[in-house]
Amino acid sequence: MSDLFLAYESLIAFVGINGLLALSVYATLCCGQLSLANAGFMAIGAYTGALITLKAPGVPFIAVLAAATLAPAIVAVPLGLPVLRLRGVFLAIATVGFGEVVRLFFVNWDYTNGALGLVAIPQRTHLWTIALALAVALYGLGRLRGSRTGYALEAIREDETAARTMGIYTTGHKLAMLVAGAALAGLAGALEAHHTFIVSPGTFVFGRVVDMLVQAVVGGTAAFYGPALGAAFLTVLPELLREIGARLGLAPGPFRLFLNGVILLAVILYLPNGLVSLPARLRRRARGSA
Amino acid sequence: MSLSLAGVSRAFGGVRAVDDATFTVADGEVHGLIGPNGAGKTTLLNLISGLMQPTGGRIELDGHRLERLPPHRVAGLGVARTYQNIRLFAGLSAVDNVVVGEHRQRRAPFWRRLLMLPAARREERAARDAAEALLARVGLQERASVPASSLSYGEQRRVEIARALASQPKLLLLDEPTAGMNPGEAAAVARLVREVAGEGRTVLLIEHNVRLVMELCQHVTVLNFGKVIARGTPAEIAQDPAVIAAYLGEGP
Repeated sequence: MSDLFLAYESLIAFVGINGLLALSVYATLCCGQLSLANAGFMAIGAYTGALITLKAPGVPFIAVLAAATLAPAIVAVPLGLPVLRLRGVFLAIATVGFGEVVRLFFVNWDYTNGALGLVAIPQRTHLWTIALALAVALYGLGRLRGSRTGYALEAIREDETAARTMGIYTTGHKLAMLVAGAALAGLAGALEAHHTFIVSPGTFVFGRVVDMLVQAVVGGTAAFYGPALGAAFLTVLPELLREIGARLGLAPGPFRLFLNGVILLAVILYLPNGLVSLPARLRRRARGSA
Repeated sequence: MSLSLAGVSRAFGGVRAVDDATFTVADGEVHGLIGPNGAGKTTLLNLISGLMQPTGGRIELDGHRLERLPPHRVAGLGVARTYQNIRLFAGLSAVDNVVVGEHRQRRAPFWRRLLMLPAARREERAARDAAEALLARVGLQERASVPASSLSYGEQRRVEIARALASQPKLLLLDEPTAGMNPGEAAAVARLVREVAGEGRTVLLIEHNVRLVMELCQHVTVLNFGKVIARGTPAEIAQDPAVIAAYLGEGP
């Protein structure tokens, strides 16, 4: 019985951590910028947090998390200033490059045991820590809507040129959201490191940021809670379906990837605005048949 | 607010889209900018609003040099504009488009909203009320919650004017505000432009509707192939042989 609870506890923890990561991608997505640097930011946060905990065990966990949030946010400024001049797919490519540079840096850094990574990190993350972090992130992003800043972000997403001639400092807004996303990703990285006992570069491959993006898109980016919803959905569903995969004789890893692909395809085809648009769509359908 | 251009040029490769343009828009006047298609009128507006940098010359707004400023700083000096090919925020409703236009007027910082202070809520309500009043002014109060992309062409143009007015501009740049409108709608826009000028705002108007220009403008500048070929009152322009030649071709 307690084994069962432990298994679920970990699942719930990952729902929260993945929720934070999906929101970190949403931060730039909501002003129309496709930045894929977040696996890199997450790595910086995870390593920062793990190193402090391992080298200076006396530092309180809240300070560790603060440092892990701050470090990638600081790195995001000199990264953002040049790359945010790029648009669309060019920004995506440049930020993917950044993520790979960060990963390769940690692969080659002997101080953090290279490709093996840091192990035996004390478990300091509790479910309530994750829940609190997610709640704060959701609150902050939720309050944006309807504010002067929120309107500016929507304007930038819709038409950057027109936004500029309305007096909106687009570079500053885009940079602020990149920094906010980096902070969230770093926080999630540190929470994960202190939950799984281990940090290794293999966690921060390109596929990780694709996961974040898929969760954000499946949940829907029209509402601030969509990405968290998508993360919960895509984290829990494979666990529920794992049994079926096992019975069919499929390995769990590839089966999860296959399932993610199928779900993404289904959402794009039948629910292009994500899970958050499901209620409105059902209502329309009900009205249509009545 | 007076605007003066001195020897302003903009070249695209070998093409001189604006070539040594010199003219002044006096404070509080409605100034017409006309010329055949491709004369460089829109390029000139892009240069003034900071979307493009001139390759030569100077642009001054009440003593402020504009030609090296980014667009949001130009807007900060009190310049607002509309676009020939309409650039509304298509996914936002009509009223939200106008609220975005108030960006420069609003000061409430985001932390105040994070803390849910009543001051933030008051400011938001005031912004929305002001936007709705502006929509009413262009005759679209019933269409406030309609997505901009679902509005008719003429309605979109009027929302764009309301959005520009939301920033309380001292200089308003209008790029063919009546294009695609029926005569009734065009007359309403003409009334609005006159009203706006009556509030002491300076208007620079690109327009192909000659009668409208004759009615509204105190002064007119005529461009052809990037060059200023005539300046003067509408009556003088109508008599100018260079203008007649540019529009109708040389006589035999």
